[in-house]
Amino acid sequence: MDDKIIICFCEDITRAEVRQTIKNGATTLDEIKRIIRCGMGPCQGKTCEEMICREIMDITGKKKEDILIPTRRPPTSSILLADAARSDNNEKTS
Amino acid sequence: MKKQAEVVIIGGGVVGCAVAYNLASMGCKDVVLLEKNYLSSGATGRCGAGIRQQWGTEMNCKLAKASMEMFENLEQILAYEGEIELKQGGYLILAYKEQEVKQFQKNIELQNSLGIESELLTPEEAKEIVPHLNTKGLLAASYCARDGHANPFEVTRAYAQAAQSLGVEINTFTECKDIIIEKGKITEVVTDKGSIKTKTVINAAGGYSDLIGDMVGLKLPVYSERHQIMVTEPVNSFQTPMVISFYYNFYCQQVPHGSFIMGQGDPNEPKGHNIGHSWQFLQELSKKINHVLPPLGQLRIVRQWSGLYNITPDAQPIICQAEEIPGFYMAIGFSGHGFMIAPMTGKVLAEMILGKNLSMPLDKLDLGRFDRGELIPEPSVV
Ligand SMILES: Cc1cc2nc3c(=O)[nH]c(=O)nc-3n(C[C@H](O)[C@H](O)[C@H](O)COP(=O)(O)OP(=O)(O)OC[C@H]3O[C@@H](n4cnc5c(N)ncnc54)[C@H](O)[C@@H]3O)c2cc1C
Repeated sequence: MDDKIIICFCEDITRAEVRQTIKNGATTLDEIKRIIRCGMGPCQGKTCEEMICREIMDITGKKKEDILIPTRRPPTSSILLADAARSDNNEKTS
Repeated sequence: MKKQAEVVIIGGGVVGCAVAYNLASMGCKDVVLLEKNYLSSGATGRCGAGIRQQWGTEMNCKLAKASMEMFENLEQILAYEGEIELKQGGYLILAYKEQEVKQFQKNIELQNSLGIESELLTPEEAKEIVPHLNTKGLLAASYCARDGHANPFEVTRAYAQAAQSLGVEINTFTECKDIIIEKGKITEVVTDKGSIKTKTVINAAGGYSDLIGDMVGLKLPVYSERHQIMVTEPVNSFQTPMVISFYYNFYCQQVPHGSFIMGQGDPNEPKGHNIGHSWQFLQELSKKINHVLPPLGQLRIVRQWSGLYNITPDAQPIICQAEEIPGFYMAIGFSGHGFMIAPMTGKVLAEMILGKNLSMPLDKLDLGRFDRGELIPEPSVV
């Protein structure tokens, strides 16, 4: 029952799916993300990362400090493409 | 990890995994693949996922066409349980200059002669395919309905799993540190997890292929260059083809998952292995996209990232054995289009290594062409 809990809200990924992926051999956040997409959605892992870390520790016995955090990339929170286009600080483009 | 192998492949991107599978499927199963991070951690997992056959040289057209035919059947060929997410929504290449129109006409003639069904469209016809396209200034567009997209993670995984099931050993988080040569011949590959005795090594290290060349004393004529890319939130499907423009210098497609993926080249990007990100990229590309594909302005950008192009002087890959070092093979320098031609590359390189008849001659893509001055410049790269 517990396994039906959604861990990644952006992509609708359950705890069971996360655990299965880890058991299949993906034991880093980066690998898991590239298989079941958790961390690729609008929240960029902010909601799920901690929970996935816990599953990795639980299954593999890895320590928290041994789990690499994926690269942080802009934008910090999602931004409208039109706003990014307007954010003109100096130059004009075609 | 094995202590000895017939072939050692360096690099777990789509090319390394495709070669591994093809070697094994042709009977050479004593193969070890080394990947310093995880599979698809290099350019493959960072790329635009586009596959097109609309090229300007015969070599690229043939490689791309044969590869597309393989993509179309890849799940069956590799008995893959997942999906490679092939979407053949076409590629629409926009022309804004008379010069471009002329070049596209020439390309289409060549493509058609090789069985690629591309055509030149008027701006009105282009708008029928992409209704939200701003046709201001557009003169024409080159279009091939059979071009499209596949998911690079899935394709690489499909090759890797098929290779493993045939007996290939894949070692992730294992870095090649050195290659030992004695009397002109390869004897051993040194990794951070031990050494492997072998006579045959394949350099499929993507943006780091030059460093592998250094290990055997070869100065490879390639360099790496950061290319940035970004993705929006997923939305319902409303753009069928990949839209690209050499004039504005961008590409933009909606992947089956619903997100839009888009990128551009930066003529001022310095050479090197930097894969950081810049705010200017986000701004510049957003301006172009907002202008050419206006409704995309209302989508939210969720992430930008970058990866390395590995570039040769003629923007064509180097696929060959090094004459100077028997047993040292390479499939490098894909210059920004190595994903789409990986299926055929993997197949022909495996045939080359095993001394079989080649499905397609690739002798023009050898390392020696640069010294001989026989470059084959590709006019149609982003
Ligand atoms: C932003 C961007 C967009 C692109 N868009 C497209 C596109 O739309 N269509 C297309 O066809 N192509 C595209 N490309 C190009 C394409 O991604 C590459 O040509 C292709 O992925 C090359 O595959 P590869 O396996 O040769 O290299 P990679 O995927 O880079 O794999 C090389 C691997 O080798 C590993 N490695 C390196 N050194 C060592 C070592 N010493 N020991 C062990 N492992 C090592 C790396 O970690 C890496 O995983 C794009 C590239 C970028 C950067």
